[in-house]
Amino acid sequence: MNSRDHERIAKALIWTAALFVLAVLAFILIYILARGLPRLDWEFLTEIPRNMGRSGGVSSTIVGTLMVTSLAVAIAVPFGIGTAFYLAEYTRGGYITRIIRFCAESLAGIPSIVYGLFGFIFFVIFLGLGWSVISGALTLSVMILPTLIRTSEEAIRAVPNIYREVSYSLSATKWQTIIKVVFPSALPGIANGIILSVGRCIAETAAVILTAGSALRMPSSVFSPTRTMAVHFYILAMEGISMENAFGTAALLIILIFLINVVANTFVNRFVAKGVKR
Amino acid sequence: MSVPSQNAKLKAKSAHLYYGAYHALKDVTFDIPKRAITAIIGPSGCGKSSLLRMFNRMNDLIPGARVEGDILLNGESIYQKSMDVVSLRKKVGMVFQKPNVFPMSIYDNITIGPKRYGIKGRAELDEIVERSLSQVTMWNEVKDELKKPGLLLSAGAQQRLCIARALAVEPDVILMDESCSALDPESTMKIEELMLELTGKYTIIIVTHNMEQARRVSDMSAFMMIDHDKVGILAEYSPTVEMFSNPKDQRTEDYITGRFG
Repeated sequence: MNSRDHERIAKALIWTAALFVLAVLAFILIYILARGLPRLDWEFLTEIPRNMGRSGGVSSTIVGTLMVTSLAVAIAVPFGIGTAFYLAEYTRGGYITRIIRFCAESLAGIPSIVYGLFGFIFFVIFLGLGWSVISGALTLSVMILPTLIRTSEEAIRAVPNIYREVSYSLSATKWQTIIKVVFPSALPGIANGIILSVGRCIAETAAVILTAGSALRMPSSVFSPTRTMAVHFYILAMEGISMENAFGTAALLIILIFLINVVANTFVNRFVAKGVKR
Repeated sequence: MSVPSQNAKLKAKSAHLYYGAYHALKDVTFDIPKRAITAIIGPSGCGKSSLLRMFNRMNDLIPGARVEGDILLNGESIYQKSMDVVSLRKKVGMVFQKPNVFPMSIYDNITIGPKRYGIKGRAELDEIVERSLSQVTMWNEVKDELKKPGLLLSAGAQQRLCIARALAVEPDVILMDESCSALDPESTMKIEELMLELTGKYTIIIVTHNMEQARRVSDMSAFMMIDHDKVGILAEYSPTVEMFSNPKDQRTEDYITGRFG
């Protein structure tokens, strides 16, 4: 066998691997959309579930999902970005940095059901928040912190050091340098981390079912219990209530995540990266 | 040395620089005349940039950097405890080696400095932008595209934008750290012309590897080298004409005639 054959075989193997991954993804997407899309109509989007979800729509779960997710991200983002700036700009690899980074990495490795259990014991019972949007959001915000910290820290470190030097040479303070120069330059990367976190919140079941509950009525405030879309289709499928509606919800969830990604990317490209785009 | 003391803008007095235990610069003493161009020349690694960065305390950003001796700006120590580094850097601006335009519009690149110390009025900022860009002879080229990203300009124009950005803060002194080394000959010529024009108002200190550039633009030349202990020293400091026609130090002569470096 000569080196050209080697090359050919290697190429074939790599192609097969890539193709296989694509095929699996395509299969899942097509399967869910094929079974779920026919169920989607105006009623499904606007009615609350009836008869345990056997009939009616999923409107309350859409609202619940959006409330839990947006609240979780709103709570986690300031802490996550703040920690990332602390790690990247205010410490020089000392003892405290190592502890914070170790904690963040450990948090990233914890299964989400454990976050659910923690949220149930701490937010739901100890703080007396009950099964509610706020309990679910607080739990999720803890869960997405490691992702936010890591992606933001990487984005901040990727900002060329010369920008900081130039800023200082223009008689800026450290704080002004961070706000006016480092933060805008790191924003596209930070935004990516936020998008990733939104996706994780929307798709989460275990942590949410234990903390936000599984109530089907329309949540009236952040203290109402709610059922997110992911939890809804989990219950519909697991308890054999309605596979048809489970697939409908799953298809809707996929479309929602897709839409959020499109909107977020447009936002990043149009408003955040305007300085570098032609 | 040969500068009358009352004309000195900056004075280095037995200045030493250490990075941790490493002795980078030894016993540098010289006076930099106001409204003139002083060139710092010498072989790579002799501490030219380090010396330049002592004048606006940029070395403060490097962990472990320490200065002994003193540097005076207008007769006042810039290393005294009460010195406000931010206001020092407002007086002593800096242009770096590579053009490093921020990823924002031409207008925002210029106003980022002035906005920092509280200039908010649109008219005032417009005026600063026009003045700074005119000073670097760019105003007519870009006055209709101030909203365009600065990164779209050519490398030479980007560097002139960086100079305009430094001028917008209204410094007295401009430090230029090999500011032409990343540019083509034509852009280099433009920047050199610019330096000569700016000497009417500013004290300019340049670090350069380019002997011809030092000869062309500078009034005073400081020749630095590494001594036998591998520490950077100021070997000779004299008017440029004198240094290039009749160097006092044998090492200077060897360097400027291209025998080493």
